[in-house]
Amino acid sequence: MNLMEYQGKELFKRAGIAVPRGEHAFTPDAVGTFIEENPGEWVVKAQVLMGGRGKAGKIKMASDAAQGRRVAEEILATPMPPNRQNPQGEPIKSLLVEEKLDIAKEAYCAVAIDRAARKPVFIVSRYGGMDIEEVSERHPESIEKFPVDTAIGYSPFIGRALAFAAQLDPGYRKQFPAIAGALYELFFRYGAKLVEINPLALTSDGRVIASDAKVELDDDALFKNPEFAQWHAVLPLDEDETLAAQAGVGIRNFRRFPGDVGTMANGAGLAMATMDAVSNAGGQIANFLDVGGGANAQRVRNCYELVVNNTGATVFFINIFGGITRGDEVARGVVEAMRETRSRKIPLVIRLTGTNEEEGRRILAQAGMTPVETMDEGASEAVRLAAEMRG
Amino acid sequence: MSIFLDKNSRVIVQGITGAEGSYHADRMVKYGTNLVGGVTPGKGGQTTPHGLPVFDTVKEAVEATGATHTCIFVPPPFAADALYEAYEAGITFAVCITEGVPVHDTLKVVGTTIGMRIIGPNCPGLISPGKALVGIMPGHIFKEGRVGVMSRSGTLTYEVVDLLTREGFGQSTCVGVGGDPIIGTTFVECLREFKNDPQTGALVLCGEIGGSDEEDAAAFIAEHLPEMPVVAFVGGRNAPPGKSLGHAGAIISGNFGTPQSKIAAFQAAGVPVADRPSDIPRLLAERLAVRA
Repeated sequence: MNLMEYQGKELFKRAGIAVPRGEHAFTPDAVGTFIEENPGEWVVKAQVLMGGRGKAGKIKMASDAAQGRRVAEEILATPMPPNRQNPQGEPIKSLLVEEKLDIAKEAYCAVAIDRAARKPVFIVSRYGGMDIEEVSERHPESIEKFPVDTAIGYSPFIGRALAFAAQLDPGYRKQFPAIAGALYELFFRYGAKLVEINPLALTSDGRVIASDAKVELDDDALFKNPEFAQWHAVLPLDEDETLAAQAGVGIRNFRRFPGDVGTMANGAGLAMATMDAVSNAGGQIANFLDVGGGANAQRVRNCYELVVNNTGATVFFINIFGGITRGDEVARGVVEAMRETRSRKIPLVIRLTGTNEEEGRRILAQAGMTPVETMDEGASEAVRLAAEMRG
Repeated sequence: MSIFLDKNSRVIVQGITGAEGSYHADRMVKYGTNLVGGVTPGKGGQTTPHGLPVFDTVKEAVEATGATHTCIFVPPPFAADALYEAYEAGITFAVCITEGVPVHDTLKVVGTTIGMRIIGPNCPGLISPGKALVGIMPGHIFKEGRVGVMSRSGTLTYEVVDLLTREGFGQSTCVGVGGDPIIGTTFVECLREFKNDPQTGALVLCGEIGGSDEEDAAAFIAEHLPEMPVVAFVGGRNAPPGKSLGHAGAIISGNFGTPQSKIAAFQAAGVPVADRPSDIPRLLAERLAVRA
């Protein structure tokens, strides 16, 4: 779960990391009222998960209440335009009004998870305010990393070492170790996969302030902080994620594509291999769907309906290799789905093997369905049927 | 021989009275695993339907049975605790089946339980065919033989093994290392063990997009196992760019993580990459023929 900037900054504040003075607002009036009561130079920023707000004109300056109202209206008038990562764009539902900082320098500081080292890792660069991808292309030598031994945790020497190695401006040096320590604490306290300050601003009066906040929380750790359920409710799910959640599978377990061969498999690896198999057989995939482990009849039925009602699938290839998922349960789910669903009926190609496969095949046979033997055979049969449906 | 597990390994199940724990304990016993007991706090003193003793703590289980291996079936919030308890009790080999363990819990566990080999979390476990099964793999598709198999996916492993068995390639040990970003045992760590296993005469490695385990494995094979016939598969070539691949994660691993990067790394190490799982047996036969 990725947090909005204002949510990330709330966590920064709790951790003791300085953020710009400001107010989270939902309407132009609220922006105007806030500026009226707090005269000065303000920045009005759209609260979205997408990047590229500045270029899209979704960050604007305001010197008085009237201007604040006007720029807020302008920002809220249209959604974030689509880009390559977010082809649907993103609606703008709220704004952050923040003091305009007099910035002298911008740096970058993040804590992420280094998969290979199996440790949290600090990433620091003296170049901030642009995407870290861009920094790594233009100034790769500027990126300093420090993997942290979890048995020791953070110690200020790490912050000092990073500040020197990354050649941060001397103005940062005194405050940086405490900021890095707070960031590390926050990373563990809230179960984050990434906490990023970009830019970490050094103001001309010598303050070090987190000018932006990017926080990605581990969905598997959300149970440790029940308050995040409310935070989650305001976050935009894309259509695929919403549909997946409604069907009772993980939000990353379902993704649609433009093709006509619907797919479902148990396990992400097999689901990806199933898509690859359909492609190899010359077909066009309608979706990715991992039904998950231990799927019961109800879940299988939900998944059938998820695919037939929401994708362009004209044929549905179900590929189950049972380990913890039991073949008889899957078979029962398919039979029930076909019997009870009011959704449109499309031809099924079912590959069912592994745990309790005999019982599963018996159930399918009783319902007049014939499972195929292998994944490639199933993929070819599904592609053949899809071609037939196209006529 | 085999790696990590043989018929003498003394195994307990943590969470043995739960639905999944008891179901799979039964299957492990039927496969021939030397399952010596289980743990469920509050149910100590009971016995399982097989007459296996249930203990309140791992320490008691280890003292009473001499167990060295554990298989963990507890809900995600308690997985780290179960692993720490196993470590403190002297268990040296732990398989964590649980899916959905917070990544920070795993980070701390793997960073502190030095000396205990962990497989997973979010994995199907492992099997040394004909000897023992620890986990949730469907035993009947495996056959004893000489091919070592390692995979990040559960069900894809079964797919590949089924194909190998049908083509007459038995397996020495099959390890499902797990699908989480942080896992206790990587491909390279499996390769180190396979390298020293006299039963293993060929390897199949099933990777997928994301992370750099495949690239690391390719480099290890090139340096330490140049004579070993190895075939790889990389799942997810048609997958959309994963959200978790973005940003700082991508920075850490540079250009690693894409299917192209992984395929190129294997090819540079002289390891053929199968376009589809069903090509694996043929490629393996070719590699073995070249060697002979």
